[in-house]
Amino acid sequence: MLHRSFHVEIRTPEQLVYEGDVMSIRAPGIEGNFEILAEHLPFLTALDIGEIRIQESETPQLIAVSGGVFEVLRTGVTALVETAEWASEIDVERAENALSRAQAQLEANAPDLNRPRAEAALARAKNRLEVASST
Amino acid sequence: MATLREIRRRISSVQNIQQVTDAMRVVAAAKLRRAQENINATRPYADKLNTILGHLISRMDTETEALTHPLLEEREVKHVCIISVSGDRGLCGSFNSNVIRTTTQRVEHYQESGAEVTLICIGRRSQEHFARRGYDITDAYTNIFRALEFQTAVDVVHEFEHLYTEKKIDKVEVIYNNFKSAILQTVLVEQLLPLVPEFPEGDTLFLDYIYEPGQVELFELLLSKHLNMQMWKVLLDSNAAEQAARMAAMENATQKAKELIDELILQRNRARQTQITTEISEIVSGASALEG
Repeated sequence: MLHRSFHVEIRTPEQLVYEGDVMSIRAPGIEGNFEILAEHLPFLTALDIGEIRIQESETPQLIAVSGGVFEVLRTGVTALVETAEWASEIDVERAENALSRAQAQLEANAPDLNRPRAEAALARAKNRLEVASST
Repeated sequence: MATLREIRRRISSVQNIQQVTDAMRVVAAAKLRRAQENINATRPYADKLNTILGHLISRMDTETEALTHPLLEEREVKHVCIISVSGDRGLCGSFNSNVIRTTTQRVEHYQESGAEVTLICIGRRSQEHFARRGYDITDAYTNIFRALEFQTAVDVVHEFEHLYTEKKIDKVEVIYNNFKSAILQTVLVEQLLPLVPEFPEGDTLFLDYIYEPGQVELFELLLSKHLNMQMWKVLLDSNAAEQAARMAAMENATQKAKELIDELILQRNRARQTQITTEISEIVSGASALEG
């Protein structure tokens, strides 16, 4: 009973990232990480920048995501996120470049700097590096 | 009458042009296919987002909560922001000029009614056109269509959303080429803000969710995701429409080149024949002079 599987779909506007049956899914809610098992009640929440961890069997799989919506229905779970990258596919070099570029922009503090955008870019790059290093 | 050599030179140069336009048509066709795939890939996400939004609205006390949301609030229109979506390159028929013309008309329309207008230009064509004429451009995005990213849509929305919530603008419109089919594209003017609530009817049998954080916060989040999605659709549509327009324009050009070549070949043959006739009559008259 405890380890029944359920259907999960993870989508970005650009593509289907994951679809399949899992034992559990852990996601970064904006009020803290949470984990969903089978037979959960209908649940709607917002996701923060962080990692989604899905467990089909023994080894968990990690996806770096940046913000979105997470819906649990009796028929399964759907996560709609704006960006998603499998941990194994993260281009560490690119993420590092994005990180240093965002840091440089914030430090230079030019008058036409779009601060929220630069800060969001910084947070996304940090998250990708963290997720990539935890595999 | 052009000389034979001149006509031959023209034929070969038109043939070269024809090769180029035909190659461009093939490239546009390939890009169009990819653009259409992108549009299709977006649909499940958009549908799901709308369903969730529908569920949420069906469970909300819409009178008090939804309609007071800042992005739904209608104000007296004193300052309008128009997003003009063109392409980065030409050679695509009336694709760019249609958008630019419609934008100019809208700007004049608002200025006549006493409102100020700010532009956000997407695509190099509209940016250059309006910058040269001294329009008020708050933001411009060029060369984004080569590798279109969802993040661009988010950036654009971010730009006008905060202007709207700070009440610096009272209305946001987007003008773009809508991709109807490979042969039909039409310029559309769509209102982005205030949001027009045209959300799907919620399923009344639907049981309520557990919410985290509250219903209202999630509604706000979904609205801004919805807005991002609308902008993304506009970019994808415009991109597909541009490729379709270019494909049609290049097909036309190739056809015209073919007609021109046929015409020139006719001229060349005629010139060649005249030349031969002249030569023969010269020889004949030269021979008869000798016999004289």
